[in-house]
Amino acid sequence: MHVLELLTTVPGIWVWVGALLTLAIFSFLFGDNPLYKVAEHLYVGVSVGYMITIYYWNFFKPDLIDPLFRGGQFIVIIPALLGLCYFAIFIQKLSWAVRIPMGFVLGWGAGVAVPAMLQSYIIRQIQGSLLAPEMLASWDTIVWGIVSFLGVITTVVYFFFSREQKGALKVVANIGIIYIMVGFGASFGYTVMARVSLLIGRLQFLLRDWLGVIS
Amino acid sequence: MKQALPRLLCLVAGVVMIVQFFVPHGVSETLFSESLRWVRIISAFALILGVRSIIAHHGTRVRRRTAGWVYSAVTLTAMVVSTFIGLFVGKDANTPSLLASGAQTPIPLHMQLLYENIMAPLGATMFSILAFYMASAAYRAFRARNKEATLLLVAAFIVMIGMVPIGAAIWTKFPDVAQWLLNVPNMAAKRGIWFGIALGMIATSLKIILGIERGWLGGGRG
Repeated sequence: MHVLELLTTVPGIWVWVGALLTLAIFSFLFGDNPLYKVAEHLYVGVSVGYMITIYYWNFFKPDLIDPLFRGGQFIVIIPALLGLCYFAIFIQKLSWAVRIPMGFVLGWGAGVAVPAMLQSYIIRQIQGSLLAPEMLASWDTIVWGIVSFLGVITTVVYFFFSREQKGALKVVANIGIIYIMVGFGASFGYTVMARVSLLIGRLQFLLRDWLGVIS
Repeated sequence: MKQALPRLLCLVAGVVMIVQFFVPHGVSETLFSESLRWVRIISAFALILGVRSIIAHHGTRVRRRTAGWVYSAVTLTAMVVSTFIGLFVGKDANTPSLLASGAQTPIPLHMQLLYENIMAPLGATMFSILAFYMASAAYRAFRARNKEATLLLVAAFIVMIGMVPIGAAIWTKFPDVAQWLLNVPNMAAKRGIWFGIALGMIATSLKIILGIERGWLGGGRG
């Protein structure tokens, strides 16, 4: 039997692979060791292979190879040439040419980011902070809406460093600290629970899928 | 030329992308999708550069037999094997492979299988062991030394206890209080912080587009 076929036909072989790799990573809890390092380096290697695969099948082939050789869209030669400029870094006299694709990608990314950030993180957040008519439906949404609005204002004031924080500004900034600390605490608790959830998932995999001791 | 051309390209690309956002027209949408395709193509070449760097780094370690070269060999082998499987055997069960053009994967071993059975368990386990390290960090951080630390401690405790069944068993309102903490004070603080982040990102983006921020051009040669 072909070795690749063996990997896909023997029942449970992938469960064993997953379980052994999971144990190898857990072994780090007892300190750095060769087993963990092997799993870590395996992860890096497979991740690179995965990236190459995704880039080829999702970007390189549909965006460059197919349009150029099957669709006759010669316009894609321009970004291909820009991409090839990255390799100018290996030719000392032409190494400056690496800045050309970088300039395009950076400019493009910055141009896309400006309106996107403005819309998502400023306009939408202001809209979300204001008291909208639907929030007036019940007393609790009104109160929590006001509490939330005050929280946004006081947090912004806390990060306002253009003037010395004293007097009324200091009082408002101190209220902002309360919101920030409660927010950080809630975020921390939420993140811990997310990690614990992952841990439970891995333990369930080991005990249920691999050992079969729980149902 | 060596600096002016990249800066000009950066300026034109940046201004065009800002303007196209505010032009609700088919041409503008085509411009965005086409330029996105260009960026994807350019990024694919950048990936080749990154892969070459990894091969050079680990290849040198293996060749010179430096300490831990075996691990570098593991990385290189895993990379070569997974790339071969991804490119020549197939990305997933539904895509054709380079070995059998036009046909489905000849052998039911494809990249998706490696992702689900190697990458996903390794990634999930790596993140899950962070729970242990966060617990030890929490022990140090959560000592109620002052008013602010106490607030952090109480908020984190309520959110954690409110998310597990024992929390609701102790007090039925714990899940509601935890959700309120996340939705009201946490959201308010995050919005305030997001404003700062967004303004910083917009300012940095404009500095890059206008050529005020030139760190990416490097120094010396040019």
